[in-house]
Amino acid sequence: MGEISLEEKFQNTIDKESKIEPKDWMPDGYRKNLIRQISQHAHSEIIGMLPEGNWITRAPSLMRKVSLLAKVQDEAGHGLYLYSAMETLGLSRDESLEQLITGKAKYSSIFNYPTISWADIGAIGWLVDGAAIVNQVALQRTSYGPYARAMVKICKEESFHQRQGFEIMTNLAKGTKEQKEMAQNALNRFWWPSLMMFGPSDKDSTHSDQSLKWKIKRMTNDELRQEFVNKTIPQVEFLGLTVPDPDLKLNKKTGQYEFGAINWEEFYNVIKGRGPCNKERIAARTKAQKEGEWVKAAAKAYSAKKINRRNTKAA
Amino acid sequence: MSTNNEWPLWEVFLRTKKGLNHKHVGSIHAADEEMAIENARDVYTRRNEGISIWVVESSHIHASSPSEQESLFDAANDKVYRHPTFYNIPDEVGHI
Amino acid sequence: MKLSNLETFCLILADSNLILGHRLSEWCGHGPELEQDIALINVSLDLIGQSRSLYQHIAKNGETEDDIAYLRDAKDFKNHLLCEIPNGHFGDTIIRQFLYDSFHYFLLEGLTKCKNNFLRGYALKSIKEVQYHLKHSGNWSIRLGDGTNESHNKLQESLNNIWAYTPEMFELNTPEIQFYEKLGLNKDKIKNNWINHTNNVLREATLKIPESNWGQSGGKTGQHTEHLGFILAEMQHVRRSYPDAKNW
Repeated sequence: MGEISLEEKFQNTIDKESKIEPKDWMPDGYRKNLIRQISQHAHSEIIGMLPEGNWITRAPSLMRKVSLLAKVQDEAGHGLYLYSAMETLGLSRDESLEQLITGKAKYSSIFNYPTISWADIGAIGWLVDGAAIVNQVALQRTSYGPYARAMVKICKEESFHQRQGFEIMTNLAKGTKEQKEMAQNALNRFWWPSLMMFGPSDKDSTHSDQSLKWKIKRMTNDELRQEFVNKTIPQVEFLGLTVPDPDLKLNKKTGQYEFGAINWEEFYNVIKGRGPCNKERIAARTKAQKEGEWVKAAAKAYSAKKINRRNTKAA
Repeated sequence: MSTNNEWPLWEVFLRTKKGLNHKHVGSIHAADEEMAIENARDVYTRRNEGISIWVVESSHIHASSPSEQESLFDAANDKVYRHPTFYNIPDEVGHI
Repeated sequence: MKLSNLETFCLILADSNLILGHRLSEWCGHGPELEQDIALINVSLDLIGQSRSLYQHIAKNGETEDDIAYLRDAKDFKNHLLCEIPNGHFGDTIIRQFLYDSFHYFLLEGLTKCKNNFLRGYALKSIKEVQYHLKHSGNWSIRLGDGTNESHNKLQESLNNIWAYTPEMFELNTPEIQFYEKLGLNKDKIKNNWINHTNNVLREATLKIPESNWGQSGGKTGQHTEHLGFILAEMQHVRRSYPDAKNW
């Protein structure tokens, strides 16, 4: 059997909406593309723990404290599910984390923005998780089985995140004058970075066409971004807040919200490491991984001793 | 930084309630079987998803090969006589 | 404010759980492995949850759990000093946790049979969680103590450093002793169980129990270490900066 027929068979499976599983034959490009996308996704989850984790110790009520803690814990879980999906493709979690701290692997640039007030926790839950959900719902139908299954589990758990964020925003927006200002200020800072989360515009996206054909991605960046804006603007209105975009208007004919130009220069600069918190985020991960080494080594050594003792006893 | 301290990968199976089979739910890393069960509990039962856990080191799982899919499984396709609907029972007999 | 014996008892336990839960939550995102991040957060969530039910029980005159947690100063906090000691490295955290979990478990075990309905119900629910905490921190103590030379030395140092904060958990003043008796709670049994269990686990972990029994105390009377002030400054500042805010 020649390579061509394998490739055809592979594409047929995808076209039929059937899944590709770990041991199935797959083109190298598909594997590489998936590893890149899944690991990027996983890294985003665990880097995302940092800006939100900042506020666990400062949450203004015990209920907010436990719900934020549970949310950030979910993100650790989601990172873990995604790393597991990635590991079925032949890259280990440690290797992948190494690529993260050396800067070889990327993560969502939104997490390079600082969380400087409690309202940012509301804004992140509402906007950032909201944007992520739009993307993740589409990815439940991705062609790679382990990735799709991880996404199903993640979507199920994520639904409380966005609601939690929106509830925080509602309480602030309907609260005292200072609370409302806090909410508006957070929206001002997180609005544009949230729109950037969907990645470059379709005309500039390098991986899009092939990824759509392989059904690694199911919708284009611009389609997803539009869906997010359409969904979110009515919520902004409910809160009595405004988005920092003078060009935003509803196109009555199409029913779509048209929005102003995204500052792509900022986007590329943040991705290249020049965002406000890139260095802090990587430094925190590097420290955790470095300081975790002796713990991991100890647990491994203990396990080896235990097996040894068991074998000696049996002999 | 070395990666040789990485803990092995384990597959996690959960019984969601009494009377059901354990079902594969995902994987975790752990240094030994005790830690594997604890990690599986902490990661996969945060929302009351299970009442019993199995963990198996991933390297101990033997799987059939995808290239043998047809030879292994297609043979069952034409054995319709293994299914109850293949057999005709007169209506007046009722449900069997 | 004059507190009843029951209120004092609940506050000691609630504050200890809250402050230790707070400490554990500081690990979120920084643990040695994702699985351990998740595990420590589970323990943290349990402890903060337990402190909430105790605060809710003793809240009165329209007070809420948050008023109790966020509007008291360090001098009114009654947690054991052990709970406020900084996290240090993962081994420091594990040893601190193990020593508290053992105390916490045997205290709750006593409470499951005590004469106060609320505390009995509280203990029956909480002990299931704490039983897991104890197993988890015990297993990790053994793993790290009997792991590599490096981990063994680190853990021995952790134990030496924190040991002085253990006697406080068993120090009772006269009203406390009377309250224990009223509850039917055997303080000696709790302490002996703690000694036996910690000895067994630490021995299996190949660790040497420090000889000195000289202890630091003061937590229960509001004389804390320098650390608690920083914890509260961080924990309470949003809440206190916006006193008019009703809802968060």
